Amino acid sequence: MMASGYSAKEEDGHLPGASGAAGSGVAKSKKPDNTAFKQQRLPAWQPILTAGTVLPAFFVIGLIFIPIGIGLYVTSNNIKEFEIDYTGADMSSPCFNCSQSSSWNSTWPCRCSIAFTLDQPFESNVFMYYGLSNFYQNHRRYVKSRDDSQLNGDKSSLKNPSKECEPYRTSDNKPIAPCGAIANSLFNDTLELFYIDPNGTRTQIPLMKKGIAWWTDKHVKFRNPGGTNLNLSTVFQGTAKPVNWHKSVYELDADLENNGFINEDFIVWMRTAALPTFRKLYRIIQKKSNMTPTLPRGNYTLDITYNYPVLSFEGRKRMILSTISWMGGKNPFLGLAYITVGSVCFFLGVVLLIIHHKYGNRNNSADIPN
Amino acid sequence: MFKEKPPPEEERKVRANDREYNEKFQYANNCIMTSKYNIITFLPVNLFEQFQEVANTYFLFLLILQLIPQISSLSWFTTIVPLVLVLSITAVKDATDDYFRHKSDNQVNNRQSQVLINGTLQNEKWMNVRVGDIIRLENNQFVAADLLLLSSSEPHGLCYIETAELDGETNMKVRQSLPVTSELGDPNSLAQFDGEVICEPPNNKLDRFCGTLYWRENKYGLSNQNMLLRGCVLRNTESCYGLVIFAGPDTKLMQNSGRTKFKRTSIDRLMNTLVLWIFGFLVCMGVILAIGNAVWEKEVGFLFQSYLPWDPPVDNFLFSAFLAFWSYVIILNTVVPISLYVSVEVIRLGHSYFINWDRRMFCQRRNTPAEARTTTLNEELGQVEYIFSDKTGTLTQNIMTFNKCSINGHAYGEVIDTLGAQPKRAQRLDFSFNPLADRDFCFYDQNLLDSVKLGEPAVHEFFRLLSLCHTVMSEEKSEGELMYKAQSPDEGALVTAARNFGFVFRSRTPSTVTVQELGRSVTYALLAILDFNNIRKRMSVIVRNPEGKIRLYCKGADTLLFERLHPCNHDLMNVTSDHLNEYAADGLRTLVLAYRDLSEQQWEDWAERRRSAERAADYREDRLAAAYEEIEQDMMLLGATAIEDKLQEGVPETIAILSLANIKIWVLTGDKQETAVNIGYSCKMLTDDMSEVFIINGHTVQRVREELRRARERMIESARSREGGKEGVMDWAACSLENGFGGQSGEQGGWHPQQEEKPQQGSPPAPALPSLLDSISGEYALVISGHSLAHALEADMEREFLDTACACKAVICCRVTPLQKALVVELVKKHKKAVTLAIGDGANDVSMIKTAHIGVGISGQEGIQAVLASDYSFSQFRFLQRLLLVHGRWSYLRMCRFLCYFFYKNFAFTMVHFWFGFFCGFSAQTVYDQYFITLYNIVYTSLPVLAMGIFDQDVPEQRSLEYPKLYEPGQLNLLFNKREFFICIAQGIYTSVVLFCVPYGVLSQATRNDGIPLADYQTFAVTVATSLVIVVSVQIALDTGYWTAINHFFVWGSLGAYFTILFAMHSNILFSIFPNQFHFFGSAQNTLIQPVVWLTIALATVVCIVPVLAFRFLKLDLKPQLSDTVRYTQLVRQKKRKPGGRGGRGAHGGVAGLGGGALGRLGRAGSRRSGYAFAHQEGFGELITSGKNMRLSSLALATFASRHSASWIDTLRKKKQQPPQPGGEGSPASSYTAPLSTSSSMLGPPDTQAEETGNTPLGLAPSGSSSAVTPTPVRSPGGESTGGWVVSLGAVQVTPTASAPVSGLTSRISFHV
Repeated sequence: MMASGYSAKEEDGHLPGASGAAGSGVAKSKKPDNTAFKQQRLPAWQPILTAGTVLPAFFVIGLIFIPIGIGLYVTSNNIKEFEIDYTGADMSSPCFNCSQSSSWNSTWPCRCSIAFTLDQPFESNVFMYYGLSNFYQNHRRYVKSRDDSQLNGDKSSLKNPSKECEPYRTSDNKPIAPCGAIANSLFNDTLELFYIDPNGTRTQIPLMKKGIAWWTDKHVKFRNPGGTNLNLSTVFQGTAKPVNWHKSVYELDADLENNGFINEDFIVWMRTAALPTFRKLYRIIQKKSNMTPTLPRGNYTLDITYNYPVLSFEGRKRMILSTISWMGGKNPFLGLAYITVGSVCFFLGVVLLIIHHKYGNRNNSADIPN
Repeated sequence: MFKEKPPPEEERKVRANDREYNEKFQYANNCIMTSKYNIITFLPVNLFEQFQEVANTYFLFLLILQLIPQISSLSWFTTIVPLVLVLSITAVKDATDDYFRHKSDNQVNNRQSQVLINGTLQNEKWMNVRVGDIIRLENNQFVAADLLLLSSSEPHGLCYIETAELDGETNMKVRQSLPVTSELGDPNSLAQFDGEVICEPPNNKLDRFCGTLYWRENKYGLSNQNMLLRGCVLRNTESCYGLVIFAGPDTKLMQNSGRTKFKRTSIDRLMNTLVLWIFGFLVCMGVILAIGNAVWEKEVGFLFQSYLPWDPPVDNFLFSAFLAFWSYVIILNTVVPISLYVSVEVIRLGHSYFINWDRRMFCQRRNTPAEARTTTLNEELGQVEYIFSDKTGTLTQNIMTFNKCSINGHAYGEVIDTLGAQPKRAQRLDFSFNPLADRDFCFYDQNLLDSVKLGEPAVHEFFRLLSLCHTVMSEEKSEGELMYKAQSPDEGALVTAARNFGFVFRSRTPSTVTVQELGRSVTYALLAILDFNNIRKRMSVIVRNPEGKIRLYCKGADTLLFERLHPCNHDLMNVTSDHLNEYAADGLRTLVLAYRDLSEQQWEDWAERRRSAERAADYREDRLAAAYEEIEQDMMLLGATAIEDKLQEGVPETIAILSLANIKIWVLTGDKQETAVNIGYSCKMLTDDMSEVFIINGHTVQRVREELRRARERMIESARSREGGKEGVMDWAACSLENGFGGQSGEQGGWHPQQEEKPQQGSPPAPALPSLLDSISGEYALVISGHSLAHALEADMEREFLDTACACKAVICCRVTPLQKALVVELVKKHKKAVTLAIGDGANDVSMIKTAHIGVGISGQEGIQAVLASDYSFSQFRFLQRLLLVHGRWSYLRMCRFLCYFFYKNFAFTMVHFWFGFFCGFSAQTVYDQYFITLYNIVYTSLPVLAMGIFDQDVPEQRSLEYPKLYEPGQLNLLFNKREFFICIAQGIYTSVVLFCVPYGVLSQATRNDGIPLADYQTFAVTVATSLVIVVSVQIALDTGYWTAINHFFVWGSLGAYFTILFAMHSNILFSIFPNQFHFFGSAQNTLIQPVVWLTIALATVVCIVPVLAFRFLKLDLKPQLSDTVRYTQLVRQKKRKPGGRGGRGAHGGVAGLGGGALGRLGRAGSRRSGYAFAHQEGFGELITSGKNMRLSSLALATFASRHSASWIDTLRKKKQQPPQPGGEGSPASSYTAPLSTSSSMLGPPDTQAEETGNTPLGLAPSGSSSAVTPTPVRSPGGESTGGWVVSLGAVQVTPTASAPVSGLTSRISFHV
């Protein structure tokens, strides 16, 4: 440290005492540059929180938020939503028996049906969801237990899935496809909806199973191995089905466009939920004509092929029917929140205004103490 | 570096010209290596060093934790990327530093020197010089290694060196070879030289060397006096030969280049505490979540196993909880962000550059800009409460000017303004009539010159006295080019004044003084010099003029001289006394001049008495003093001189502004009390408005204690009388006075125990006496001298001293040793919990500069020693106000804002994980994408806050000088303390709650407009992350008070970068390459296209920001800080100014007005402080009369000098080896020197020195450096060191008015060559 100090100094041949004042005249001036940056004089905007800026801001926020909130609230209230719990935890529930008997290794599907009434007609497209409660799709070990590479159709990953999939990585020394806990726990209840005419005839309501997943998921993220036009059973040869599944991945649907990894029900399930109570889009009931509502008022039955056991972990299963607006499904929280925040801001603005007028320090240069 | 170290040397044996023999011992060669690394060792060594930092190790530990799959809650890269970034930034910095070290090493190692090999001189690189070689040095060359001086071109083997690189002293020192070797003049005889030196092993004591030379069956003792140390420069010596004793790393220079002590700022310490707290907090969070995990795994997870089985090693919920704890430690680690330390360093570096770049701290004259030598202390500059300042060279320029005089009752020189603040009213006098006049001399009163020309006898006698009565040496290089070398600058000023007025002192011999009196050369016989000492405070000469009349001329302090005047002088004395009062009031240093005619008989008698006194074996000093006293009687008053000790520019203004900023300034000086007090007045530290100036001057513990007690009593009394009504305080104060400082001497802090008992009495509040002392409203000042300070600093009195001193507005410690300076600083540091700053220019200030929190060196003066030890350096005292009030204040403000925001943003970021934990089964699932976690601190949020930390300003710089009170928040540490920290944390936690709950409330039920639910994990993650980035950006926008283009760029750029990177990370391309690494493919597009998501983000932002805004507005509106008000005023002014263009420079007007108001010269009728203008030590009279120092200067005495050239050194050496006995009873002289010698002996013991030098990179020699200011005859008690005479030689200072600083030794070359 010091050695460098002294050697650097003598470099310029400046010998203190000997050269004295003469040296400084020759030496370059070390005066710092006169730039705005170096002299900390950069032009700057210096905002101050004055009553003139803060109070209007509060009012403006209030005035923007309250109408938005009201709009959201009204829109949300116009959305029709129907929800039915079919877990069968209750003795009275038609699915009680199924719920008691179902387990992952039960071979016989248990069926039950629940009747319900829609008091109001559901106009426009109706979206059918299944909802699960107390299901921790957001658990760390659960979330990571997948192999996106395999799901993207990577062949080597198909044969050799990622370690993250453990313990659902291999079964009988064969790689599981799709591997991991998420895929393994695929929701496999089948829901069917019937409209009961006032005269008693059951008409099945057509449920569309396409378009329920993100476009990017369906078309980019999830790919069957080896391209589109191959026979999936040969593609998946040498792999095992997930332990809990009843059928192989290539048997999920007859439609080649909706089979294997690109089966939309599977894709929807693979998009894990953020919270332990969640709903996932199951089917879409498309509006047929402008004349009749998609789901008219009246009685319906929900036929359930009850495969998915949830009672073991005190879970619940629901079926939800909902219409949709420009801002999505029913969501009263957002509207209410906006109204509340808007009002609070406005109120705060008023309070601050009063405080400012009564006690405010209308500061001017005169009262700077020194 | 890794070479095996030979066992430590016990003694060193070196045989000259015998490489073979010397190689046996494997002494280090002369190659130095200050670099730490080479290319191969760089990586491992540097990494090893970096991982010694706790923070780095912590992150390494986290990294290792993350490698355990069961624990890993984050990908490995989330930690490693920031860590690698941080490590590489540091590594690059280290590598650059080391590169420059390599470069300088190479340069030094490749320097050429002439080595005597096989009888011929050969050029060799420095690094090839070996121990035992004989090398030849030429004038102005650096000494290559520690050499034993063998011979030199000068007689008696003398040679001169400049040791500025070693100890910072610029004056030259003399080294002398042993007489036996000094004859070895030519290479041939030197080649035959085969002496063997046995000496001490390498050490770092610069002023000590101990060895023996064995040559030709004889033993010769070697001392430091024979050594030339590496780093010195040979001066005024044609050439010399030296034997290499220590080379390379063994040289004293290298042995001293230890690492300087690392200073930390209080913010640093607070930050470290807070980081520890945060660790604690982290562990708590981890424990809470681990408990949650245990409960969850037991209640839910156990049942949920059908879907999610436990990982193999986990077989019960407790083990799972254990793992969860570590997992959470990993994901919550971002509350202590790794980038904190790096960012803080970057900000400080930025601030340091701003200091270096400040044009207003650039000194044109010296061409030196301010320099921040350490980059780690900047914000502490904003918190300084105590400034310890050196006087000479710091407050003053150490330039004396002859300013006024009073001759025979007539005052001259009134016309000029002493402070030089106002334009000169009168024309400078023209001395062209006098060919010998000094061109730099200024005087403005024509009357005086006229009087001289008219031949007024009193005036002539006055100047004759000035030209005769002194100990100045003259030197005349060529005819008419006179150069004076005075040991004190004031004496030089007086002689120069006489010279210009036509009484030119030309030369002297031991027994004559030649004066050119108005063109006529007159030689006086110098009969005696009655030398100066501290007790006598006067000096006299007795001369016989050519006509044979004997006259005694005396100059000295008025108090002493007035007593010794002939009664007939009474009227004149009164007039002169009035003049003296005026001079003193202007802070001038005054001397009274008088003469006495002696008859031949009187002289004979007295000379006899003096001779007998000199011969006396015991009490010689006393007897001499008595003899002197005897003759200095019945003198005739001539007049008085007034010398201005020139202050540095702007010192009074700076002091005034700093004290308005509530900074207490203590002056610690080696100068005498009178001088120090005078300077105190002239720089307005002391004013006549002060209620009282206490002078503590006691020589014994009891006296000091008593004086301190009296001072306190006086202060409390007046405080009491002021608060009249408050009975309680009165009673209590009196009570505690009795108990505290009364009778019980020796009991430490007697009054503090008292405090605890007092509250029982009720009325007075608990923090009793000190607060009472604090609240003292009168202005007091304390002056304490070094010997009293020695007592006051003892353990049982330091508290008393400190409390008294701190109650005073100004404190001046005079006659203090360097060590005492450090002790005083240490005392305040220890007890006051205040930030201290020490400023000084000389080697004697090094200890206090190093001790204080912040050390400031005045550059470009005595030497570089103080600068080298300092943290900041600049060349003018007045820059201190800018350093503190502008740079320090800003740095502190910026650092505090930075820290507040930094902790806030990381808590807001991290605590979301905590809340999410309750919803994800405490599984340590992160809320965000791992890339977001990786980049949040280093990309998305780092630059705006850095820009704020570097560029923010609350008020413009002129305002902080205009309103010094703006400095106070820093001293009180208001901007960042534990309370502020908790507010930031609370705000961060609140933000995290909002950031979690709002998306939770909205998204849990929301669906997109195509029916797909929004509550999937990835959408949630993107929403929360985006909200977070926006919220913290808005927050930084709120915090930023000074939006430069850079701030705009960074804030908007960070937001832009966030979205760019977000889309890139979630893009097709990256996913198609690494499908397993980029799970979030498509989330950004799918999420951010939804209006609901944006509504959520807007809602979260408003909910986070509105309360902050409301709170800040209220604070501003109801309780505005001074800075807010100033800022507001500024805004109003700007608005007003806009239409009319730029108005006058209000700021400068303000400063000037303030300066004028506060410093307006007040009438100081009645005050009587007579300055006493002697800054030198005794002993020179003897030197002159013995003629021993004549070879220094006198042309006339050439032959005389060359004959006796060595003897004066011997005399001095002898003088030094017989230090006056300290504590001699009764005699005035010894009673004065005794305390001094005790105080200086505090420096003396070798162990203290070792400690001192150990800490010093350049290892100042304490005794040498102390003597620069307080030269006392008593030096190192070891007695063998001859440092003492060097010192006294060094004190022969250049005549200040001389244009070129030619040291006292320069002349001898011209004479001998």
